[in-house]
Amino acid sequence: MNSIPESKTLPTTEVISSKSHWWDLRLNEIWQYRDLLFLFVRRDFVSVYKQTLLGPLWFLIQPVMATLVFSIIFGKVAALPTDGRPMVVFYLVGITAWTYFADCLNKTSKTFTENAHIFGKVYFPRLIMPLSIVISCLIKFAIQFILMLAVLVFYVYREANIDLNAMILLTPLLIIIMAGLGLGFGILISSLTTRYRDLQFLIQFGVQMLMYAAPVVYPLSMVPEKYRWAILANPMTSVIETFKIGYLGVGTMEFSHLAYSFVFMLVILLVGIIVFHKVERNFVDTI
Amino acid sequence: MSAVIKVQNIWKQYRLGQVGTGTIADDITRWLANVRGKEDPFINLGDTNEQNKTGNSRYVWALNNINFEVKQGEIIGIIGKNGAGKSTLLKLLSKITSPTKGEITITGRLASLLEVGTGFHPDLTGRENTFLNGAILGMTKKEVKTKFDEIVAFSGIERYIDSPVKRYSSGMYVRLAFAVAAHLEPEILIIDEVLAVGDAEFQKKCLGKLQDVANEGRTVIFVSHNLAAIKTLCSRCIVLTNGHISYEGDVDISVVNYLKADGFGGLKEYKVFDGQSSISIPECDLLSVGVKAKEKHFGDPIRMDEEVELVIKYKKKIRNCTLDVTIQVKDSSGNYLFVCSSARSTIESNMGRIGVYEYTLEIDSNFFNPDTFYINLLVVKDKKTTCLRQEDVIFFHILDKERVLGEWMGKSAAPLFLNFPWRADSKN
Ligand SMILES: Nc1ncnc2c1ncn2[C@@H]1O[C@H](COP(=O)(O)OP(=O)(O)OP(=O)(O)O)[C@@H](O)[C@H]1O
Ligand SMILES: [Mg+2]
Repeated sequence: MNSIPESKTLPTTEVISSKSHWWDLRLNEIWQYRDLLFLFVRRDFVSVYKQTLLGPLWFLIQPVMATLVFSIIFGKVAALPTDGRPMVVFYLVGITAWTYFADCLNKTSKTFTENAHIFGKVYFPRLIMPLSIVISCLIKFAIQFILMLAVLVFYVYREANIDLNAMILLTPLLIIIMAGLGLGFGILISSLTTRYRDLQFLIQFGVQMLMYAAPVVYPLSMVPEKYRWAILANPMTSVIETFKIGYLGVGTMEFSHLAYSFVFMLVILLVGIIVFHKVERNFVDTI
Repeated sequence: MSAVIKVQNIWKQYRLGQVGTGTIADDITRWLANVRGKEDPFINLGDTNEQNKTGNSRYVWALNNINFEVKQGEIIGIIGKNGAGKSTLLKLLSKITSPTKGEITITGRLASLLEVGTGFHPDLTGRENTFLNGAILGMTKKEVKTKFDEIVAFSGIERYIDSPVKRYSSGMYVRLAFAVAAHLEPEILIIDEVLAVGDAEFQKKCLGKLQDVANEGRTVIFVSHNLAAIKTLCSRCIVLTNGHISYEGDVDISVVNYLKADGFGGLKEYKVFDGQSSISIPECDLLSVGVKAKEKHFGDPIRMDEEVELVIKYKKKIRNCTLDVTIQVKDSSGNYLFVCSSARSTIESNMGRIGVYEYTLEIDSNFFNPDTFYINLLVVKDKKTTCLRQEDVIFFHILDKERVLGEWMGKSAAPLFLNFPWRADSKN
């Protein structure tokens, strides 16, 4: 026994048993595997730009197309109000923010089904996978966000009726809420789909519905007082409205609504992580 | 030395069939039982896992009540036929799935290699995949960085390290993947069947690396169907049969147990004929037939480098004739390999007299290659009439000897090796 492998810490003893406590979330393990987290992010990004000719440019096509379609359908045909702001910026701001949340949710909701092979062959904290997705989506969001800023600057230069203001300082908080909501819902759905496969088909549809229940294609001010609570119950509503206040200077926003979204995010994230941990223990058996 | 792995009363249940139908009903039943504080109603269901029988439960026990300990620095081999539960056991040890009942205690950093190249992305270069795969297996970026040159050298694909791995041949892919794994430095390493891939040279390299790992005092648990590799590397073996440990301990005995578990319906290496099974003809009663290694007992494992003895005992019942024994030896596919008869030898002792006779045939060591052999027994009267013919009367396994590491580990093409003398004459 000449050289016992160097270990930075004393030998750790671990007990693997049939039972686990719901509060034992092993979040410290994620820190140990942080390198892996960032390598996954890198992999996602690199594989996108290696596979496609235009690479990350594709990230821009999506919001541009969506803005055009929304301007025609909701702006021109349905003639929904945009709180007096130019249609293009009004939709673009909403779409940019919404896309980040929807991407996080859609992609993390496939964590178990899409990684069944790798999860079946090696152990690492499973939460690393959805976390890496949220960070990968953040890169995409950053690119789309820059596009949004560029368009805003263009409109400001043209002296359009736009009113950037101090509320934009809330942007980091808004990003955290969106990421948390997307991740929380995503891993919850991912956990449930390992047992009830049919759920998978509901997600796309559900996210779409959720978008119409948030002020993305219309301003909150348009919703009659009587029904406004229903739209405000959607935790994304205050996030989108705050975005619009910061970058466009229009919207209906109260800090209590934002606080509601924040608490909602914490709860759904906690529930998501607990269920995710319960499912990850045996999911490879049934996939 | 202390146990680094302690497996206590481990059970693992799997659900058979398509999952997704009926699970909601089961879930509700289970939940109701849980609410009322009862035990999981499905936990006692389930048959032991024998693939060839159709059980009537939808649940099956892939592992039942597994208990063992592994001490630091040991190399443990796990053998068992397909579906015995080997991979399941390794999956539990590496936390990929959790046990249904029981507890495992692990002391030290554990890395498992159930497949080479897990997580390789076809579009990433060899370099990028090395870092990714290293991290997946539990290394930090820094560790991979310091070992990177070594890894590339070990894989022998320097020229391609910056090409995407989808351009690699499958052999190159495996080489790189194993090179990464080989440079892991866990205290405990778990390996499943990965040596089955790659060419002979690569396998040699892998086994060499495993030996190094063990020499450094690390603990290795190793599943393989390559019995030569098991015998060379392991200090102890666990034999799994239908989800339970059927033997644990000495490597030779384990291998025999494993081969026996492979289903040789009722055949044995040594048979005594009496009572019901007695074989009796007017000329004689057959008393026993057996094969063993010289100076060992019947039933002990026989290694290829031991001399083999075949012993036949009969009771001669009539006078004034000769009775000779002839054996026909067949390989595991039933091909006749050779015939050997006492009629050709010079034994004359039983001419005429009645009584009990024991014939022993001595076979040189290293004559049989590792395989399973079957024996037909014939008794010949007066060197011309066959008065008894007994098909597949016994069978025996010949085990591999330990080989020098780095020597060829493959299976020999032929079941026998004849040591006829060679002569080399200088002719210039
Ligand atoms: N996810 C699963 N669901 C249901 N049954 C399973 C599952 N995984 C394994 N089994 C069953 O458990 C038993 C043990 O499988 P395991 O993979 O451990 O065998 P093994 O000893 O590794 O075999 P091999 O030598 O073929 O690799 C098999 O009968 C297999 O069908
Ligand atoms: Mg296996």
